[in-house]
Amino acid sequence: MVTESKGSIPEIALEAVSKRFRNAAVALEGISLTIDRGEFVTFLGPSGCGKSTLLKLVSGLSTVSEGTVRVNGMTPENARDLISFIFQDATLLPWRTVEHNVGLGMELEHAARAARKERVAQMLELVGLSHVARHYPRQLSGGMKMRASIARALVSRPRILLMDEPFAALDEMTRDRLNEELLRLYAEQKWTVLFVTHSVAEAVFLSTRVVILAAHPGRVAHEIKVGLPWPRTAETRESKAYEEHVTQASRLLRGVYQP
Amino acid sequence: MKKRWLVLNSMIVFACLLAIWSRVVAFAHVPAYILPGPHAVADALRDRYPSLLSSLWITTGEAAGGLVAGIIVGVAIAMIFAQWRGLRQLGFPYTILLQTVPIVAIAPLIINWVGAGILAVTIVTFIICLAPIIANTTQGLISVDENLIHLFLMYKATPAQILFKLRLPYALPNLFTGIRISAGISVIGGLTGELFAGSTRVGEGGLGYAIVYANNQMETAYLFALVFAATVLGFSFFFIVMFLEWLALHNWHESSRPHSAE
Repeated sequence: MVTESKGSIPEIALEAVSKRFRNAAVALEGISLTIDRGEFVTFLGPSGCGKSTLLKLVSGLSTVSEGTVRVNGMTPENARDLISFIFQDATLLPWRTVEHNVGLGMELEHAARAARKERVAQMLELVGLSHVARHYPRQLSGGMKMRASIARALVSRPRILLMDEPFAALDEMTRDRLNEELLRLYAEQKWTVLFVTHSVAEAVFLSTRVVILAAHPGRVAHEIKVGLPWPRTAETRESKAYEEHVTQASRLLRGVYQP
Repeated sequence: MKKRWLVLNSMIVFACLLAIWSRVVAFAHVPAYILPGPHAVADALRDRYPSLLSSLWITTGEAAGGLVAGIIVGVAIAMIFAQWRGLRQLGFPYTILLQTVPIVAIAPLIINWVGAGILAVTIVTFIICLAPIIANTTQGLISVDENLIHLFLMYKATPAQILFKLRLPYALPNLFTGIRISAGISVIGGLTGELFAGSTRVGEGGLGYAIVYANNQMETAYLFALVFAATVLGFSFFFIVMFLEWLALHNWHESSRPHSAE
């Protein structure tokens, strides 16, 4: 381990990972995946294919039944400082204002008040929510709530983002715009992203790689490298290459859905 | 605009009721010890307000003391139930027992233990206030969204942080539901307790004791005044709790969102 240089350790490595629940249902079986630093990997698949479970295993919120998960060479529990998890609903605390929601992590770590305020202000600026810092979540639209959730995730300067259908509840226009903003931030911050979605279009637009999972038991069925040029903008969605990727991914996904 | 009409309407209804009451007593020649007219009750209120106030004050202390103790102990028990599932399963059935035990039956027992007086009544009030607080608060504490727990775990939050920064605020609306129920019954508990243990000296005691005493003395007008005072007390408790609830929740909770139709 000591002799290995840092660059050769994959950011996330799953080896022969299986996950069985207590009711004996097999969520995942024999998953082996290596994800390098800076990749944007999207997981597509039918319900019950274990997409969300996969993210829970990488974050250490759930433990494997068999196999190993390593994050930057460490166990997921030890790598928590590197990871931010963004949930499907914005999971904001309704009794806290936006700024106090965004600052939650630093507050729990007893960070200095001044440092916290400054960092929170920066992140709100980054996601364009400075003007609603003192608002309560119920006063925000769905899109703004999600932005606040992203700002909260970025406060801790994560290297890895785990996103579990973050934009599923939003209308299409809002989702498209947030996708573009996410990629803008991704280009700046050079995260590694694991992203779960049901939308083929979203998966293709965002990813460097799309992983299609099959269900019962959850397993890797296909992998597609997405070679669309960067930066990706609204125009990317009108390109022929984008359409071809979407068609290919849809076809593969259909195959997985059929029994 | 609408609100002012509502106030005016209810005042008119109240005035009408008083008038009908007054007329019925006058025309039917009902003796005052059966049903005194509103004037007689008003006179009793005016002439005997020092003793009425001292009774009111005693009952207020007992009801408020029992309620506050019930909130403190109830929340503490709910927190224990929320942290340890095993203890919850073991202990929760007993909170139902607490709710179903007839307070009238155990009041004499409490007097046996601590003697008659304010302490005994406060204990009676405390006992009946406890169950709604425990049940509602526990329900709130354990129904926190799983993803919120996961969020806190990702921040390496301690169990204490999860309890105080997540579960407790999350359960605040439930706690207030419990307090609202308990506030209403705390006054009833105080009055009921006083029927048994309200006084250590003849002629002196809380509203419940004074009601029994006035009844025995056939001072029916004063009895009405006491009932009026007890009603006002129950109302005040209700409104104070409503106000505190509004204070704590109006910024963020859906229950306090103003209706758009108004």
